[in-house]
Amino acid sequence: MARAVTPQRRAVNTAAAWTIALLIFFPILWTILTSFKTEAEAIASPPSFLFFDWTLENYVTVNERSDYFLHFMNSVVISLGSTLIGLAIAIPAAWSMAFVPGRRTKDVLLWMLSTKMLPPVGVLIPIYLIFRDLNLLDTRIGLIIVLTLINLPIIIWMLYTYFKEIPVDILEAARMDGASLRSEILYVLTPMAVPGIASTMLLNVILAWNEAFWTLNLTAADAAPLTAFIAGFSSPEGLFYARLSAASTMAIAPILILGWFSQKQLVRGLTFGAVK
Amino acid sequence: MATQHSRAAGRLMLSPAVILLLGWMLIPLSLTVYFSFLRYNLLMPGMEEWTGFLNYRFFLTDPAFFDAIRNTLLLVGGVLLITTIGGTLLAMLLDQPMWGQGIVRILVIAPFFVMPTVSALVWKNMFMNPVNGLFAHLAKGIGLEPLDFLAHAPLFSIVMIVSWQWLPFATLILLTALQSLDTEQLEAAEMDGASPLCRFFFIVLPHLARAITVVILIQTIFLLSVFAEILVTTNGGPGTATTNLTFLVYAQSLLQFDVGAASAGGVVAIILANIVAIFLMRMIGKNLER
Repeated sequence: MARAVTPQRRAVNTAAAWTIALLIFFPILWTILTSFKTEAEAIASPPSFLFFDWTLENYVTVNERSDYFLHFMNSVVISLGSTLIGLAIAIPAAWSMAFVPGRRTKDVLLWMLSTKMLPPVGVLIPIYLIFRDLNLLDTRIGLIIVLTLINLPIIIWMLYTYFKEIPVDILEAARMDGASLRSEILYVLTPMAVPGIASTMLLNVILAWNEAFWTLNLTAADAAPLTAFIAGFSSPEGLFYARLSAASTMAIAPILILGWFSQKQLVRGLTFGAVK
Repeated sequence: MATQHSRAAGRLMLSPAVILLLGWMLIPLSLTVYFSFLRYNLLMPGMEEWTGFLNYRFFLTDPAFFDAIRNTLLLVGGVLLITTIGGTLLAMLLDQPMWGQGIVRILVIAPFFVMPTVSALVWKNMFMNPVNGLFAHLAKGIGLEPLDFLAHAPLFSIVMIVSWQWLPFATLILLTALQSLDTEQLEAAEMDGASPLCRFFFIVLPHLARAITVVILIQTIFLLSVFAEILVTTNGGPGTATTNLTFLVYAQSLLQFDVGAASAGGVVAIILANIVAIFLMRMIGKNLER
């Protein structure tokens, strides 16, 4: 909705918006800049903004002094694993609700969403004890199970809204032409559903990557993803600002880039369709 | 159009998801309720016994509980106030014509994608630290005494950190809603001589009412469970100054091993979240009808 405004008005808008946007973004920018400083420069007073000796030593130090790569891989495996398993369970469910709706479909959908509203702390103790007895504490597979289940309602919901947009007539036409259920799914539905599935996958990888209740409570060392690894910097390690910044930058960079592609899905996925 | 055959297939495809979610909900939930009626301490295995409502009496009369409820309400309320008002204003600004709108939006949305432990630690160490933090440098620069934020205003500091994380979410949702506003209506009002303030209160705000409600409800659900930010900044302290209900249950169970009392706290948390969830589900349900 581009309204016609005077150039002066546009300039004022631009200046105000950029000022606020840069203020909001500043902590992230500052973290990235600090990660290229030496520890001494990181705490120098007054702090230097751009004119310091840029160095990569912190990235080397973080990788050498800790199992950074292990935790990074844990994050990758856990977020991708839980998303893929979630999709495998959710795609058939969303498909059936979108294309073969019954009388109860809406109730089922709402009930599924309501499970997302259960506060995690309400089920922390039983899950912790069950995991302890099954030796699932501090394992990747344990976290994949939990993250699959907590994100399943969002995955189903998003896929449902995408599938709903696929015209039903085309399925009927395929059926008239004698397509079996299998070929209907494989050749008609899948090509049209792929963009929606990709968007859903993107948002859920982000959510799983940043999940910080279960990852902190159910892991110790072996399966700890980056959320838990960074938490280890809380003290006194965190006072090494440059090192903290390097670890943080590496932890947020991939998801920041993915996140910028997922703005639209964010609205769809996290408001459960209540805002359009 | 649905044949008997496709209906059966549909049910079959739906069942794994339903069974898993049902199990995920019912098993831990009933265990939590069951534990909440037991005297159950992990340090004394095999000593579990039925105690009726004793855990609830213990938990609900614990002074820490009232602190936790107060902190939870202040945290949720404070963040909601900042993010909805800030988000509305910011969304209106971003909706104006300007140069570089796409980049501005990317910068504003970024904090939402930073993992909670990173944002909490960056704020705690690099901004709020009383010796080397950026705020301390700024304060010294203008001749003020640096403030130890997390010691002297711990809950306020956490409210600021969490608000920074959630402001992008509110802004993005409200911006989406704002873009569906009919501009002709605004232009007509402008021509009839309605002041900008008038246009805001009588056209823009009513249009946004629904989106604002959704933002408030969804954020409340997530904000009731704020945990990582507290764990890495203050660990619930000093004393119980930043212990919210989620953190109290965590401390009660995994630090003091009192499963019974912690479960009673978990049940209280579930009841609180459900009060909010009922309103949210009603709104979502209405939208599904259309």
